Amino acid sequence: MKLKEITEILSLRPLTPAVGLEREVSGAYVGDLLSDVMANAGEGNLWITLQTHVNIVAVAVFKNLSAIVIVNGRMPDSDTMDKAVSEDIPILLTGKSAFETAGKLYQILNAQNLQG
Amino acid sequence: MKIDKTYEGSFHIVGGDFSHAGEASTELKTILLSAGVEDEFVRRVAIATFEAEMNIMIYATAGILRYTISPEEIRIIAEDMGPGIENIELAMQEGYSTAPDWVREMGWGAGMGLPNMKKNADTFRIDSVVGEGTKVEMIIRR
Repeated sequence: MKLKEITEILSLRPLTPAVGLEREVSGAYVGDLLSDVMANAGEGNLWITLQTHVNIVAVAVFKNLSAIVIVNGRMPDSDTMDKAVSEDIPILLTGKSAFETAGKLYQILNAQNLQG
Repeated sequence: MKIDKTYEGSFHIVGGDFSHAGEASTELKTILLSAGVEDEFVRRVAIATFEAEMNIMIYATAGILRYTISPEEIRIIAEDMGPGIENIELAMQEGYSTAPDWVREMGWGAGMGLPNMKKNADTFRIDSVVGEGTKVEMIIRR
């Protein structure tokens, strides 16, 4: 499913409008431990986290993640935003929790898989 | 660039300089990708290098990351001027960490760095002297 569709359905707020949302999302990974995400997230995954500092972009670039969703209404540092734009990683915000965000996304992606 | 001979290089890493975290490994990843090596190999090298880079950044005053790329493998040596590791066996256990709270709040210091390096490397060797520093040597084969 395209990131753009997911953004609309989950009412995510794109924080980096300069970065396009026309990319495919392969699934998602939830985690706040950066080494865990580095070890276990899959390519093209959407990363759901509450971390906001600049190193999340480096991790996303490494894993070729499709986007970072920052939960609980948290706001990333300005250097995180700058880095995200320069590295072409979309950052999306939500006031919802990681549980709600992942749950909804799981439903959406599952429904799509069933439709084939 | 095609890997038909041996390429060497190094990165200097400054302790505590988190704004530049991942830069050495990103650059190394770019070099490998442009050489046209397999994605899976690049992925393993990138993870192992990133973890080594972070350990220097978190614990040491400074360090150097050296790499040698040959057609068959990459050798990475991460050497730092840091506090050293008192109990290497303990440090190798997943979940064990001596990182300070502020580092943990960033999502680092989860005790996964050294295990992640070992997991991704074909050969992993660590030597440490308390009060002097730590040296990690990894070989990752294609």
